[in-house]
Parts: sequence; C-alpha cells; structure tokens
Amino acid sequence: MTTYRNRPDLVAALVQDDRVHRDLYLSEELFALEQAHLFANTWVFLGHASQVPASGDFITQDIAGRPLLMVRQPDGAVHVLYNRCAHKGTQLLTDESGNTGRFFRCPYHAWTYKLDGAPLAIPLKNGYEGTQLKACESGQGLASVKHVKVYRDFVFVRLSEQGPSFEDYCGEVLGAIDNMVDRSPEGQLTVGGGVLRNIVHCNWKMYLENINDTVHPMSTHESATQAAEALWQGHAPTDPKPMAMEQILPFGSGYEFFDNMGGRVFANGHSVLGVNFSIHSNYAQLPEYEAAMRAAHGETRATEILQRSPQNSVFYPSLSVKGSPQAIRVIRPLAANRTLIEAWSFRAAGAPALLFERAMSYNRLVFSPMSVVAHDDVHLFESIQQGLRAGGNEWVSLHRNFDAAELTQSTITTNGTNELLMRNQFRAWAKSMVAGMEVAP
Amino acid sequence: MNDPRDFVAHEAALLDERRFDDWLALFAEDGHYWVPLLGAAQVDPFSHNSLAYEDRLLLQLRVDRLKNPRAHSQHPASHSQHVLQPSRIAQEGAASGEVLLHTPFIYIEARGDNQTQLSGTARHRLVRTPTGWSIRQKRIDLLNAARALPAIQLFI
Repeated sequence: MTTYRNRPDLVAALVQDDRVHRDLYLSEELFALEQAHLFANTWVFLGHASQVPASGDFITQDIAGRPLLMVRQPDGAVHVLYNRCAHKGTQLLTDESGNTGRFFRCPYHAWTYKLDGAPLAIPLKNGYEGTQLKACESGQGLASVKHVKVYRDFVFVRLSEQGPSFEDYCGEVLGAIDNMVDRSPEGQLTVGGGVLRNIVHCNWKMYLENINDTVHPMSTHESATQAAEALWQGHAPTDPKPMAMEQILPFGSGYEFFDNMGGRVFANGHSVLGVNFSIHSNYAQLPEYEAAMRAAHGETRATEILQRSPQNSVFYPSLSVKGSPQAIRVIRPLAANRTLIEAWSFRAAGAPALLFERAMSYNRLVFSPMSVVAHDDVHLFESIQQGLRAGGNEWVSLHRNFDAAELTQSTITTNGTNELLMRNQFRAWAKSMVAGMEVAP
Repeated sequence: MNDPRDFVAHEAALLDERRFDDWLALFAEDGHYWVPLLGAAQVDPFSHNSLAYEDRLLLQLRVDRLKNPRAHSQHPASHSQHVLQPSRIAQEGAASGEVLLHTPFIYIEARGDNQTQLSGTARHRLVRTPTGWSIRQKRIDLLNAARALPAIQLFI
C-alpha cells in the first residue's frame, strides 16, 4: 500500500510548525522516498580527497542506495562514477578502497574503462559490428555523477540533475569546514586513524536531531558524568587533567551552560550549535601550535579561528563537523529503523600530534561502539524507535521556544536549547522531499 | 594459580559473572585494556584509532558507570559469555617475569531479546606477582574490528 508516493501534500503535512508526525521515523515507504528524493536533491557528503591521494586510488561508497566510486584522475582531479559496469551492471570494484591502476577492468566480461569512465576496450569486439551498442548508454562507458564539489578536500555530490549549486545550498555553514581546515597552519587535513563504524537501530533523523539537542546530556549521560566526577573529585580545578577527563567531564555541564552556548540556523536545514562556546572550548592551550597559527594566519585571524569551537556544525542531511577536536560524523541511513554512523579523525598538517590524539581520543570515548558515553544515547534512540509505535499520540513535540516569526527568516541566532535547530531540519526535510515530486493524477 | 592459562580462564569467568571490581583488581597499576580498530594487523594504539584503549582510570569509570542506577542502557542489563579455546603460551620472559598468551574466543553479549556475537583472539601480557599474575595488557584482536558494529557494552 502506498500513501505518500506522488502525494507532496501528504508528505509536507507531516511537518507542522512545532511538531512532526511519527511516520517520519517509522515508515519504510518514506525511507524509500527519502532515497529517491531527499538524498538526491541535497548535497551529500561522500568522502575526503585524502582517501585517494594517488592516480587510480579509489573508494567505494553507497549514497542513498546507489553504489558509487570516487577515483583520483591522472591529472589530480577527483571524479565520482556510478559503480556499475556499462555492460551488465557488475560493480567494478567491491573493496572498500585500493588502487585500480591505469584503468578499470570489469571482473565479469573484462570490459575496460579509463579512469574517467570513458570506454577503452571490449573483448570479441567484432561481435558488436553492425549493432547499436555505440549509440546505446551501454556503449558510452561508465556513467559519472555530474554534480560533484570538492570543497577544501571535502567531497560532496548531488545526484539529481536539477537543484541548487553547492555554494547556494550550503551557504554560511561552509565556515565550519573552513574553520576545521584553517586549524592546520598549512591549510591541509588528511583522514587518519581509521573510521569507527556503529550500527544504531533507529531512524537517521533521530540521530541527527540529537546532534542539535543540548537538553539531553544532563539526564542521558548522568551515569558516565557522575562516575567521571566522582573519580576526579579532590583534584584542584587547575590540576592538569588526563585527556579522557578533559573530554568527558564537560558532558556533565548544567542546563544554563548549554543554553548560553547559543545556536544558529541557516536555510536548507544547516545549523551551528555552540556559537559562543562549547564543551570543547576549554581544552589545554598549546603555545607552540598557537605561535605556528599566528605565523600562518596573522594575529587576528589566528585568534578568531582558535576561539571558534562549536559543539557541532550540521551540513544537512548527513554531515556533522567538530573543528575542535578535528572530527566529523557521517550519517549513512540503511533503513527506516537502521542507521550507520561513522566517526572520522583528521590529522592537520603543521599541527602537533596532540591535535590528532584529541580527535582519536574523543571519537574513541564518545563515538566508538565501545564508547563509555554513547551507550546511553544509543539505548534511548532505540527506545524511541519502539516507543513511537505506541498509540495515544502520533506526534513528536518540537515546541520549545517556538516563535511564529522564525517561519519567515532563514538565518537566526538563538539560545542553545531552542528546538528551532530541529524544526529547521524538518522544514528542510519537507522541502527536499517534495522538490520535483510528481503529483498523482 | 600458577599456570597463566588458568588465570586467563579465571579472568573471563569474572566478567561473565559480572564481578567487575574483582576483574579490575587483576590489572597492574600501568595495565591497559586494548581493542585495536585494525585487529591483529595494528602495530600500536597511537598511529591508528581503537575501539577501546583504556588505562585503569578509564576502566574504573566504566565499572562505576555500570553500577549507577541511571546507566539507562543497562535496563535491562547486559550479560556476557566467553567461549575460550585453550590458551597458547606465545612468549615467556624468564628475566622480565612476563608471559604472553594467545586465546582464540567467541564472545556473546546478550541484552533483552538481542545477542551480539564477536570472535577473535585475546592476547594477555601477564606479569608475575608475589600472589600470582596481573595483567599488563589485555589486547582483543577482533575478526572484523573495523566493520560496522552494534553497541558493545561490557568487556570482551
């Protein structure tokens, strides 16, 4: 039974001004429509160019159910191709990453392609004489993703033909990537230390909402923060903390702290949480690194870069950036009730090893499948996924600090506990879902 | 307990009985619990990340958290079962008093209706003490450490 296909009116009605309908989290049909529309109409983070440093280097990655290949070209450019042989549809590469050499060779019938996807050779070529192969899609080589943007080595794709440019879509939130890259005195990041991968049995939007939720840490993380505080009791506030304590203790901050950190929303669902300060603001200072930053960027700019350390910057729909520590999370939806969460760490060229250690330590403590902090989050997401099936109330509340004036503005700066950051995500959801959706006759 | 292979079996049994304080007391002051993200291929815990790399302070935090009634993810509680193959002594240093043991295992963590199964090899670096053995490092090399995993809440 279909309810929402080609019914943009019904899809849009799931997002009200101050609440959303539970079907957003539960419906497999809506999940399929998200794959077809939302993840095609938006600019989605694919990977980082440092994963493919040399010509022929590739990674394979599914985006919204489409298997893709990111590959470095002989001229240094990064191309994104559909991972589908033009002949029968075989995936050309099934390793996660590697080097394909100077061309792709399909393992099934040995059709070969240049690194940009152009056809190179076919065995038993004579058999195609007089056929329509050359005129057909199958004779044109590998299909490539046309809308690819490499922004300071962060690679994004837009799968649909029509839609906003990358810059128009992201707007001011791009400052979060700038900040993260500018924290390298040489302006260069590389992915380091591998990727931590978690399967969470909840809808991807629930996870994304929580990235903008500052009211949960006090109650959700009580067990971890109480244990950390009890262990650290008796130390003077000025005592140097082990990195793990430096990173875990701020989770126990009170409501006022999170409210005062401030938030900002932008058009298309993006947001920055912690525009004033965050749980990352008080990491130990590193005089030599700061001197290198001043030498690279000048006094004023260096201070500006280092003082900015938001809690999370959300590139809607699937990327969350932490400039300090140098870490990102990538949300890869698998089903309505199953989501893959990746936590990546970065090395910043010209910065001390301690920055990389901070990124790895933070990801390990907070985002590993064996995290000491996230178990309670994950339990609650999975609990919500079940709880929403309960009758009695089909709606999820997003009322906190709702103000009708927000409906007509795109960029708004507000308090850190305002659910506007989530309402903004869902307004973008409705917009990207119905854009280009046909109306049932 | 003179044979270190008996010690490894005892260590796993304490975990499966949820005797976490007794378990933690087996670690040396400088002891570490390590689950590398590259499994057996990983050289050190610094150049590449790990699923867990914890000293006694962090292990104590974990154990204390599990006891806290507001550890939401422990409602219902998790339980574990270690199924161990016989341990093999891989290295023995008469001078250092250290012994390295390899123990292939299957680990099952159950919670509510769900069970998670992991497998790999545990590598214990033990040091002889006046009263028996203590753990300098317990390293868990998982078969598929770098793949997507669900929450692992207790100790492998």
